[in-house]
Amino acid sequence: MKPGRAYLQKLGGPGLTLMALALLATFPLYASVYSMTLLTDILMFVVLALSWALFSAPTGYISLAPAAFFGVGIYTSAILGRQWPLLLTIALGGAISFCLALLVGALTLRLKGIYFAMFTFGLVELIKHFWLWFEIRFTGTRGRFVAVVDQQTIYFTMLASFVLLLLTTHLIRRSRWGLALRSIGECEEAAAHIGVNVNALKTITFAISAIFMGAAGAIIATRWTYVDPYIAFNPLYSFMAVLMALFGGMGHPYGPVLGAAIFAYLEEVLLTRFPYYYMLIFGVVLIITVLYLPEGLIGLMMRIRRRVVGGPDAPA
Amino acid sequence: MVTTIIEVVITGLLMGGLYALIAVGLSLQYGVARILNISHGEFIMLGGLTTWSLYTALGVNPLLSLAICGPLAFALGFVIHRTLFKRLLDTAASPGVFESNSMLAAFGLMFIIQNVALIAWGSEIRGYSYLTTPVHFLGTLFGANRLLTFGMALLIGLVFYLFLNLTRTGKAIRAAAQDPTTAGLMGVNINHMLALCFGLGAAMAGVGGVLISMCYPVHGVMGLEYTVIAIIVVVLGGLGSIPGSFMGGFILGLVGSIVTFLEPGLALVAYYVIFILLLLIRPTGLLGR
Repeated sequence: MKPGRAYLQKLGGPGLTLMALALLATFPLYASVYSMTLLTDILMFVVLALSWALFSAPTGYISLAPAAFFGVGIYTSAILGRQWPLLLTIALGGAISFCLALLVGALTLRLKGIYFAMFTFGLVELIKHFWLWFEIRFTGTRGRFVAVVDQQTIYFTMLASFVLLLLTTHLIRRSRWGLALRSIGECEEAAAHIGVNVNALKTITFAISAIFMGAAGAIIATRWTYVDPYIAFNPLYSFMAVLMALFGGMGHPYGPVLGAAIFAYLEEVLLTRFPYYYMLIFGVVLIITVLYLPEGLIGLMMRIRRRVVGGPDAPA
Repeated sequence: MVTTIIEVVITGLLMGGLYALIAVGLSLQYGVARILNISHGEFIMLGGLTTWSLYTALGVNPLLSLAICGPLAFALGFVIHRTLFKRLLDTAASPGVFESNSMLAAFGLMFIIQNVALIAWGSEIRGYSYLTTPVHFLGTLFGANRLLTFGMALLIGLVFYLFLNLTRTGKAIRAAAQDPTTAGLMGVNINHMLALCFGLGAAMAGVGGVLISMCYPVHGVMGLEYTVIAIIVVVLGGLGSIPGSFMGGFILGLVGSIVTFLEPGLALVAYYVIFILLLLIRPTGLLGR
């Protein structure tokens, strides 16, 4: 490969990202309110999938807890949204999720593989049923109304949390921290032997990923106007985050972004009219991804590109 | 007071029998085939809804449905393992990777089966009344259908236990559970055994669904709740242990009926608290290896 082209490619990644972000930042100036709310939804799923991948992609631990942190954020907004300024509510939603994830991570990240997945799944259901009981018992109602915020503010706060998450992902991946996380995914015992503080690292990364899930929940709750525990702690959000990240591919930060964008758009088009068919497609794609696309869409694209462009590890 | 206690205990045990049966199926699928089958509850739902259709449309006795749904669910499970999970097993780099991938694939199956059922049967809650004659027992009252399902659950569990311990196939299954490689070297057809186990697990879920539909209303989205209960019972009793599953089922049934009596909203919370404490303190379960 010529040096000039390598330089262009090196510049191409961040340059394209900046251009896309500039486009997103100015989007409300020329787009309709409908497309802005659609884009907010897409960004919400992007945040969920990308923050899931932040912890689970390098370490290989399948967490089904996103719905728990997402729901915690939603309820932070529902309880405090009327008295507190929006940004403070969002920050608090992230902070509470962070603390919960620290606690959960410290307790459970010793569990291997499938047991961790089961535990995190149980966590969502535990919080949901406990909270339902608590609400009915002590407040007398099932659900709550959330203070409404205008669409543009929701859009920009969601975009801001996406940008922050993208930055965090990038910084972690490029640092020794990211390297240590990947070594845990490769072989946890070996990682511990070469001096990686395995448990601390897993727990703190898990907690950082939870911040963004909590923040996304706190933001989107202001658009839902009404929430109850079944809406807020819906395990579907965990499954969505996992599927979107897997389908997009976890070898590159843009994989989950791509997967989330595609499915969030599909949901918008299909869910209201053909809800069962949407979920059916969801299941089929999940199986196809697990069977045939272990590296997701982005892996497939890179493989095709290598075949077209050629390169050191191009398939024959 | 004494009557109340007896009633709570019996209700718990009756429920526990059903819990145990569906847990035995899951235990077989995870304990031998290493597949945490999240779609387990969907086979229960299929069994229940098929029984409802047969009963309301054709007047087929639910007991006869047992003989229809069991083999059908077995065939479905067997084929799914032969096509889907076999391929995953062949391509997985390590047992850990297979466990994660097969769980994710089972999630996909869950969505597919659930939504096919919702398209076919709709989202209404379906119920029929069968054998609801009250039976007096120690000063309490129970529907005959409850006692019948309890008896059937115990019977099926016992037959299966004997099958595992007394037959040649049962021995092969136990060998495959202990050490698939060595069992394969001794001439056990491992792929066949794994598919057999997955099919048998599915059959038990289907049969469990038939029994559940005799006592409770059934609907398209009931599956996940039973999957979760089965997972908790399996973790409680220890993987791959049938007596463990029955013990776990009874314990969970009892806890459920006691908590429901004291504070109705907290039964599911109690299940999850047990589950989470167990995972933290003794992940191998009460009778686990």
